[in-house]
Amino acid sequence: MEAKLRRGGVSMDRQEPLTTSYGSRVKPSGGIELTAWLFMRISGIVLLVLALGHLFIMHVFNSVHVIDYDFVARRYVKIFWRGYDLTMLWLAMIHGLNGMRTLVDDYLHPPARGIVVKGMYVVGGLFLILGTWVIMAFRSP
Amino acid sequence: MREVAFKILRFDPEKDSKPHWESYRVELEPTDRVLDGLEAIKGSVDGSLSLRRSCAHGVCGSDAMLINGRNRLACKVLVKNVKQPIAIEPMRGFKVIKDLIVDMEGFFSKYRQVSPYLIEAGPAPEKERLQSPEERERFDDTTKCILCGACTTSCPSFWADPDYIGPAAIVQAHRFIFDSRDAGKEKRLKIMNEKEGVWRCRTVFNCVEACPRGINVTRAIAEVKQALVRGKV
Repeated sequence: MEAKLRRGGVSMDRQEPLTTSYGSRVKPSGGIELTAWLFMRISGIVLLVLALGHLFIMHVFNSVHVIDYDFVARRYVKIFWRGYDLTMLWLAMIHGLNGMRTLVDDYLHPPARGIVVKGMYVVGGLFLILGTWVIMAFRSP
Repeated sequence: MREVAFKILRFDPEKDSKPHWESYRVELEPTDRVLDGLEAIKGSVDGSLSLRRSCAHGVCGSDAMLINGRNRLACKVLVKNVKQPIAIEPMRGFKVIKDLIVDMEGFFSKYRQVSPYLIEAGPAPEKERLQSPEERERFDDTTKCILCGACTTSCPSFWADPDYIGPAAIVQAHRFIFDSRDAGKEKRLKIMNEKEGVWRCRTVFNCVEACPRGINVTRAIAEVKQALVRGKV
């Protein structure tokens, strides 16, 4: 076999030092794909709690008829609810964007892939900025 | 003996621009296998039918193909257990060379990339390399792979992205990553951690359904992911 084999986007470097054995710490861990994968799991669990909480507060415990500007304004007096919404916004946007990225990675090929992914990041980034701005800058009367 | 109906997706690159279905009827015993049917067709109806087979007993992994829409070994499926006409197609996601024969070069190239052999830490011991039953049990499931390609060609992630290293190569990597005698874990985990490595797996479970050896492929992939996340085996 050749010293370096590269095919299908996966590389093999036969010059790597061989130092690990069973039960030891193995490197490398980390890396963008691992981080993204782990983030999806953790944010998914957190979002399940946050989104269900949001759903119950907004649609079960309170009728949609009582939810108006004053309702939101009263909520936003408390920093807790701003933090709640901000956390949900950021986790949901990044979770959703990363999910879309993996889908696009699967089904589109360059150059369309890059264009679509970058377009998604721009739109997602704008929504993030807008949402963050609203939550942070909202002044309860 | 009774007549069994087959329909086979035929493709001859010298004559056809695209694959087409052809129907066949052959006399078989109900306890005959699909492979026997294909050989009966090749032997007495149409000698141009091309397929791979070797041991014909579910060990060599040569005759994986789509049988009624599912990846199976033709030598492990009895004709009495499948609906007729028995639809036979080449495995999906590989380039078809002729009829049921597909180009598996990319598949084996990915297999070679994970260094599917024991890598020693130091000089060889005088006698055998000892291992406890528990240590052996750790990777027992993934030793069963026969490299038929059924898992990889049932994987939607692989269909969409042929660069994905695929379940079969991950199974092979798992077999050595979790072997206490092996010293090449870092190298293999590095490949597994690449973009086209384990992170392309979407846990669809098709590979588990397809594996003729009953390997829990998705579990093996998850264990590799876990080893990467935790940074230890």
